[in-house]
Amino acid sequence: MAEVSLQGEQRVFMTGNEVVAWAALAAKVDIMYGYPITPQNEIMHYWTRLAPKYGKRFLQTEDEISAGFTMLGGVMTGRKAFTATAGPGNVLMQESAVMAEMMRLPAVFVIQQRGGPSTATVIYAQQETTLTAFGGNGEGHRIVYSTSTHQELFDYTIKAFNAAWTYRFPTFVLGDGYQAKMREPLTIYDPGEKGLELVPTEPMVGENKPGKQFKYLRNTYNTEDELYEVVMDNQRDWDAMAPKVVEWSEKGCEDADIVLVTHGVVSRAALGAYDLLRAQGKKVGVFRPITIRPFPDKQLLAAVQKAKKLLVAESAYGQLLKLVQGALYGAPVEIVPVLRPGIGITTEELVEEYNKL
Amino acid sequence: MAKVVKIALAGEGGQGVQSIAEILAEAANEEGKNALYIPNFGVEQRGGVSIAYVQISDGAIGAPKFQRADILIPLSPRAVKRTKMHAGRETVYIYDNSLVQEAEVNDNIVGLQYNDVTPPCPAAGEPNPGSAPATSVTAPNKDLPQDMIAGDPKTCSFTAPGPGVNPADIPAEVKKVIAIPANDIAKEELHPRVFNIIILGAVIAATEVLPLDSIKKALETKLGDKFKANPALRDMNYKALERGYQTIKGAM
Amino acid sequence: MQELKENNHLQPAMPACWNEETKPHKFCPGCGHGIILKALGEAIDELGVKDQVVFGCDIGCSLLSWDFFATDSVQTHHGRTTPVITGMKRANRDIVGIAYMGDGGGYAIGSQHLFNAAVRGEKITIILCNNCNYGMTGGQMAPTTLPGMKTETSPYGRDVEETGYPTKGPEMVAAVAPEGAYVARGTIANVRQLKGFIKKALENQIAGNGISFVECLSSCPTNWRTNAKKTWEFVEKEMAQYFKVGELRTPQVKEG
Ligand SMILES: Cc1ncc(C[n+]2csc(CCOP(=O)(O)OP(=O)(O)O)c2C)c(N)n1
Ligand code: SF4
Ligand SMILES: [Mg+2]
Repeated sequence: MAEVSLQGEQRVFMTGNEVVAWAALAAKVDIMYGYPITPQNEIMHYWTRLAPKYGKRFLQTEDEISAGFTMLGGVMTGRKAFTATAGPGNVLMQESAVMAEMMRLPAVFVIQQRGGPSTATVIYAQQETTLTAFGGNGEGHRIVYSTSTHQELFDYTIKAFNAAWTYRFPTFVLGDGYQAKMREPLTIYDPGEKGLELVPTEPMVGENKPGKQFKYLRNTYNTEDELYEVVMDNQRDWDAMAPKVVEWSEKGCEDADIVLVTHGVVSRAALGAYDLLRAQGKKVGVFRPITIRPFPDKQLLAAVQKAKKLLVAESAYGQLLKLVQGALYGAPVEIVPVLRPGIGITTEELVEEYNKL
Repeated sequence: MAKVVKIALAGEGGQGVQSIAEILAEAANEEGKNALYIPNFGVEQRGGVSIAYVQISDGAIGAPKFQRADILIPLSPRAVKRTKMHAGRETVYIYDNSLVQEAEVNDNIVGLQYNDVTPPCPAAGEPNPGSAPATSVTAPNKDLPQDMIAGDPKTCSFTAPGPGVNPADIPAEVKKVIAIPANDIAKEELHPRVFNIIILGAVIAATEVLPLDSIKKALETKLGDKFKANPALRDMNYKALERGYQTIKGAM
Repeated sequence: MQELKENNHLQPAMPACWNEETKPHKFCPGCGHGIILKALGEAIDELGVKDQVVFGCDIGCSLLSWDFFATDSVQTHHGRTTPVITGMKRANRDIVGIAYMGDGGGYAIGSQHLFNAAVRGEKITIILCNNCNYGMTGGQMAPTTLPGMKTETSPYGRDVEETGYPTKGPEMVAAVAPEGAYVARGTIANVRQLKGFIKKALENQIAGNGISFVECLSSCPTNWRTNAKKTWEFVEKEMAQYFKVGELRTPQVKEG
């Protein structure tokens, strides 16, 4: 069976869903589990076409609950596994996501957000931000990367597997329908050739080794204290991990009066607005959390020291806004929200909103 | 800051606006430009007007959708009505003034593929042969079984005679309005199937960001096998391309 | 003018319980959903129960029928139509509850609901459209995809070693449902028979006997990528060969 090999750098022009499938191959993923849902279907379509050629596997499950839990089964045997979903499928996967949080299972979820709640539009939204970061009856011990270009979709999908297997927290790549369906150029590569090491996997159960110590994995706690201990242990690991994992990008914040705060695909509009406004001599900056969990609180606070106003724009009704308000609590900066649940935000709209301030 | 050319194409399901957009974006990419193409899709779009957004630039491209198009090309009476929001003072407005009926949607052709899922494209992902290093997986998409992904380009035109576009629906305050009877030209002079290729030629003339040859190359990548099997098809496509190009060049 | 009118009369009449405003319907040309809903409409007309009917549709192409009938209607979530209609019927015995769904909705994501509704003998009518794939999402493998059949997620053909054999829903429901069940499999290739099955399935609910389940062999030319001729060949020959058409369970007629 041919090994996947993306030797050399290749400039390609493809949809975001295709990018994810190639990134998973580049990350040497063993198996994908999934259930059809727009707008992530083509990740499965590409994977099912490519995977058998490289000895990789695929299981189409009966629903997303099953896709999430079969993936957990896969990672427990030490195989690199992932799933992809959207909207109501993301809701159904939260049960497996919290099991992964508590049991520290390196599961990887790719989310192509669509309009909500539940079935709604299949097109686009950022309404799964809170769900992806904090869904389930746990503490949100998970890593969430919010991408904005196809290059990032490729880079961060690979990174997600590394982060998951390094820190043993479930890891999400948070895309959306626009990113899933649009085509744009990017460069795909073999991570090894770039000196990017792929973190090795390790079986938790099912290793055929004579004299091995049997493992008893469980997610049941008999007493309040027992549960408390486990959650607090996880929290300590989380706190230690957060500074190493947190990512953000900013531009022009040093001297900006007004900073645009966005995440994911809306950041493209923010950058577009930034270029236009800076060309007119306006003192504007942009700040973008790349990790939604852990959120770059301190970095945001530092970036807006000089700013008088923040324009927080998202395709949801206040999900990013809450994170920003939490990070900036008490800071003397006015927050102006631009909230457009379920619809795209264009460069022109952000310029217009800026001009209103 | 490099200028971004914003193009919006709109038509009935089956008119092939998505394939025009795709070829355009692929050609731009092959030319080494930045290109971004996004179709609109969704259940509620089924049977309705389909819009394709393309942006081409030498620099970075912002949000995938935009409000005002530099070039707006609605191809059916219904598309004219539905795309008013994309027309602005700087918009070059190209519409099809053939006397056709409002379309009965041909879902068989566009079906859910474009409205819900985008089928894998055989041409996508082909690295630029000149610049890419030789690799073991030179053309990722060669791996895809061709019989699942090939197939006819999704084009057709609406040939039933009818009132055509109501002039009152054409937005007044745009930079320039150009009418092209692409549907009639296709039907009467060439072949109904090359309707969208005429439009492609028109777009190239209006945008002036890509040479006509780049489109020929893109067509070759997409339809090369068919062209080989039937060289007359290549001639027909090239003729359609030229025809669209010249019509607009004359009017600009 | 007169002539035109006469001609119009030749057109097959619309069932009275159809919502005229939403016709022509939204399915692709050649789609079986419209045929099944026509049979259902006629059955509702013949029983004269449209005011009692609550029509529930799933997510899948069945959702395109959310305003199809001039009856109370509810469009639920993917796979959840059975429990929603069950909940209604449990709370209000007077309704005629109809759950309409696809094979993905019924046999994959909603299979536990179908199974348990059958086991409990819920007094509702479930009508399921079997088109061998996930239509709405663009043609992925469904539980009912035939062996060797190519779909978007079985691009090399369904491999039964890996994915098992197509689900036989009516057989499953017939096996687990208690006394009073009505279970049948019809096909759009025989509408008269299909209508008969659906009518009995409604009567069975109205009589309060038990669960009523009708699977309908249907078509999806858009995703099968078939022309009219091939579409019908597939429904009549290939599907019917694997999925046997007929009644699997009929309730015993009560004395009196
Ligand atoms: C929880 C959830 N998962 C997935 C989907 C996406 N989805 C929408 S329709 C559909 C399948 C439809 O197939 P089927 O039930 O067979 O109906 P058909 O369209 O074939 O009639 C799926 C998977 C969804 N809406 N909700
Ligand atoms: S996609 Fe298939 S099932 Fe859905 S409406 Fe079209 S033909 Fe019918
Ligand atoms: Mg189906």
